[in-house]
Amino acid sequence: MADAFIYDHVRTPRGRGKPDGALHEVSTLGLATSALTALRLRSHLDTQLVDDVILGCVDPVGEAGGDIARAAALASGYGNEVPGIQINRFCASGLDAVNFAAAQVMAGQHDMAIGGGVESMSRVGIGASGGAWPVDPAIAIPSYFMPQGISADLIATKYGFSREQVDAYAVQSQRRAAAAWDNGHFNASVVPVRDINGLTILARDEHMRPATDLASLAQLKPSFVMMAEQGGFNAVAIQAHPEIERLRHVHHAGNSSGIVDGAAAVLVGNGEAGKAAGLKPRARIRAFANIGSEPALMLTGPVDVTRKVLKRAGMSIGDIDLFEVNEAFASVVLRFMQAFDLDAARVNVNGGAIALGHPLGATGAMLIGTVLDELERSGKSTALVTLCIGAGMGTATIIERV
Amino acid sequence: MNLINFRFDLDAQGIATLLWDMPGRSMNVITEQVMDELEAVIGHVGAQTAIKGCVIMSGKDAFSGGADLGMLEASGRRYVEMVQTQGQEAAMAAFFDGSRRLSLLYRKLETSGKPWVAAIDGTCLGGAFELALACHQRIVTDNPKTRVGLPEIKVGLFPGAGGTQRVARLMQTGEALQMLFKGEQLRPQAAKAMGLVHAIVPRDELLASAKEWIAAGNKGLAPWDDPKFRAPSGRVFSPAGMMVWPAANAIYRRETQDNYPAAKAILHAVYEGLQLPMDLALKVESRWFAHILRSQEARAMIRSLFVSMGELNKGARRPKGEPQARIGKVGIIGAGFMGASIAYVAALNGVDVVLIDRTLEAADKGKAHSHKLMSEQIAKGRAKTAERDSLLARIAPSDDYAGLGDCDLVIEAVFEDRNVKAEAIHKAQAAMRPGTIFASNTSTLPITSLAQNAATPENVIGLHFFSPVERMMLVEVILGEKTGDRALATALDFVRLLRKTPIVVNDSRGFYANRCVLNYVREGHLMFAEGVPPAMIENVARMAGMPVGPLSLNDEVALDLAWRILQATKADLGAQAIDAQQERLLDDLVNRHGRLGRKNAKGFYDYPDKGGKSLWPGLADLQSVKADPDALNIEDMKLRFLVTQALEAARTVEEGVITDPREADVGSILGFGFAPFTGGTLSYIDGMGVPEFVLLCDRLAKAYGPRFTPTELLIDMAMKHETFYGRFGARKAAA
Repeated sequence: MADAFIYDHVRTPRGRGKPDGALHEVSTLGLATSALTALRLRSHLDTQLVDDVILGCVDPVGEAGGDIARAAALASGYGNEVPGIQINRFCASGLDAVNFAAAQVMAGQHDMAIGGGVESMSRVGIGASGGAWPVDPAIAIPSYFMPQGISADLIATKYGFSREQVDAYAVQSQRRAAAAWDNGHFNASVVPVRDINGLTILARDEHMRPATDLASLAQLKPSFVMMAEQGGFNAVAIQAHPEIERLRHVHHAGNSSGIVDGAAAVLVGNGEAGKAAGLKPRARIRAFANIGSEPALMLTGPVDVTRKVLKRAGMSIGDIDLFEVNEAFASVVLRFMQAFDLDAARVNVNGGAIALGHPLGATGAMLIGTVLDELERSGKSTALVTLCIGAGMGTATIIERV
Repeated sequence: MNLINFRFDLDAQGIATLLWDMPGRSMNVITEQVMDELEAVIGHVGAQTAIKGCVIMSGKDAFSGGADLGMLEASGRRYVEMVQTQGQEAAMAAFFDGSRRLSLLYRKLETSGKPWVAAIDGTCLGGAFELALACHQRIVTDNPKTRVGLPEIKVGLFPGAGGTQRVARLMQTGEALQMLFKGEQLRPQAAKAMGLVHAIVPRDELLASAKEWIAAGNKGLAPWDDPKFRAPSGRVFSPAGMMVWPAANAIYRRETQDNYPAAKAILHAVYEGLQLPMDLALKVESRWFAHILRSQEARAMIRSLFVSMGELNKGARRPKGEPQARIGKVGIIGAGFMGASIAYVAALNGVDVVLIDRTLEAADKGKAHSHKLMSEQIAKGRAKTAERDSLLARIAPSDDYAGLGDCDLVIEAVFEDRNVKAEAIHKAQAAMRPGTIFASNTSTLPITSLAQNAATPENVIGLHFFSPVERMMLVEVILGEKTGDRALATALDFVRLLRKTPIVVNDSRGFYANRCVLNYVREGHLMFAEGVPPAMIENVARMAGMPVGPLSLNDEVALDLAWRILQATKADLGAQAIDAQQERLLDDLVNRHGRLGRKNAKGFYDYPDKGGKSLWPGLADLQSVKADPDALNIEDMKLRFLVTQALEAARTVEEGVITDPREADVGSILGFGFAPFTGGTLSYIDGMGVPEFVLLCDRLAKAYGPRFTPTELLIDMAMKHETFYGRFGARKAAA
């Protein structure tokens, strides 16, 4: 089996996912094109070597619909021969796109491919693509469908995380993200989004609130109280986990992932393709895995899939130097650390989506780049990236520097 | 046209009137014959160019109660027969076609090209209201008895003749689902506000206004058959739809614990139907209807909650030949909570009451209970001050037994103590007219032994009311060894006068209902001792279909009472008759921690002055072991809760306490809320099959203890492949 190496990674800055966000004026195509063009230019990439462009996108409708990956490849000057495909596994789409690219390379069917993702949450809107899962009684009822924030509150209740604990985690995410920017930890990967005249539209992540502290978070009311009560979801949570007397709602905008716009791309290829492109491999994709998990808790998939991918790789949790666990909600990461008894110093060391934002389809690809930069900066070798996923799934990837 | 159930008239203006008036019935119902005739009329009206349109109305006090449930049952029997003769697929196809005949008929009416007007006076429910929904105009009268609605859900069915599709196209989706889930009978104003009817008119203008609508030249075109039609909530897949559907699915689960397939079928039919044109939408509704019609839940609920309850209410167990008892005045001895509540219910139903206690002050206090209950009704707008005054005027508090002299029935509700009861009987006998029936509202003491205090034990009977009396619809009528037919007839007549449902049981410790309930509570106690988290005990019991968790229920009844019952059982039957773990738990709670239940605001739950109850945190210290909730078998826990009650019900049959399965079933649902979707305790067993139930009991006995060991009767029935209704249901034919 061929090795799948990572040759490069770029991402856009993450713009606040609202009409007043800097990237609101940039289309989904424009975001994806920013990332793919940057990858092409800075690697002096001979795009004829690229067998496919795989982009994750969670709400692929309207301007993001109809195979945004092919449109972006063409618009980025990759040439008529480079195809594209858009995939969707909700929040892990960007990581799955990298894994799909790697899988094709490992299987010998592609020599080089790009995995990445794009989401303009400000323009398309979360949930815009609909879907059977929340609405069709045939699946919503048996799968105990709940909005994700309520599942996050269920995790906090079931595993005993207090409001103070989730808020403290959020403060840490903000501090780490601010420190990472201040110390230039993201400089290697973030490429500014520019207008047609070359003027910079956004060069730095826009969602961060470095001044956040426990006192300011304590002012926020939990977001899901009314929806859970009036929408019947408290009862759904309790029927799924009946040992719980009452759901404690602890999540709010300050300890949940931010809604942002952004795109990312990761260049993956075998050794020969890298040589042909004149590129040096930065890391090897050692193993990856997908799993389904209990759908009511929904967001505990990272625990299950981490066990699975470690087994697949013949590794133990102690073999991993750094973890990126997507900060969909604070309780997701707290549960992950609790399950593996992990030191917080190894997890999300440059902050995460609570501070930086979570552009759904792109995040997974961003985390690969973030952790790879950190491995190189700190001289460490192995990292695991994982994301929780709607409807109860998990995706994980282990990379190691070469 | 040769019509039996209808009269068809055509006036000079060319407007037809179809008068629905079935011979030999007090209420119009939809039968095969009604469908045949309606089909002929629809064809006739459609074909005759001289006919402008048709008004359909009733020749009776009410419009119609809907479909004949017996007809639905018969279609199920035909299906079973046809499976034998022609195989599964052909039988299912025939069943499907038959079950959607009414739906197709209504669609034919709706698309016949001629305007149809439903002119509704009195009740118009179920399949009859679905007929009205297919008409192009619905006019109702302002008659206080006029009601429209789709109550099918209450017997485990759903409106399958276009009801779900038309309601969902008349109302916002969320409101339509709520209307279909609740199955309420709507008053004219409410129905009009919801958009379900078009106009309300005085009764004597009904026909004229219906004809006027046709004469005005209105078209026979349903809104949804207009190409420009848009559903009130727009498309399912829209921002508005995304607001409605996730919550609708969750609220379904909250309200049903996912135990009621008919309610779920409403969601399916509306969700799928709103994405389809009307004819296809109706077909999908029919698919769900055929599916639900054949469900165990629908069959069990129709039998227990419609057929059996109706039979019991009509006096299925009343001795033949006993004249109707005239009960104008009742004497109630003991003005405590139960006595005062019985007095209230009696007065509410027009019976005069003498309410006797040791002191006039105590009797007055009992009467004040009625004042309080009526005042609450007034505050809610459900009663008027004058009604309270007239009700209170019917209750005469007294400390003198002489007041019993002109009573037609005397009920004692004194303290649950053999000597106190005996004294009440002696004093009452001295004051009562000879031959007056004496009823004891005891929940624990055997009637036979109480009757020994009476000179005429044949006139003594038990009337076990459930608390709160004003809400609980069941009364257990308990026969002592010597209780006579006249006593039974009087007791049953009185129960009906109170508009409650009676079941007749023979004397035994705890009678019927309380025996099942005590088992249910014990199972909760034993799970607690096994280390199951208390919230899980409560939640899983509700998921099994019970209205209240066992620990909550125990708090309501009082923990010290549970403790005393256990001690009394131990004293009477020996230590092996009770469960030591249960005794230890109650001893801890009652004697060590002073936790008596809701009455002292300290039980399994804490009851703060403000806000809701919550489980007492100290419970954790009473559990010597703790189970991992993720490792517990929730399905087994649900089974334990239901099986322990059903098994006790089977024992009461075996002991001759219960003699009619209808009474066990109806009594279990009305008396203690036994999972209604099962049809009751014995239908639960019959529904899964007695052999399967015996195997289940064996498995539970091995896993959780010998209390689940199946009884001899059950094993005998299993060997013979009998059911409770097959073996013990013979009374039905006799009744």
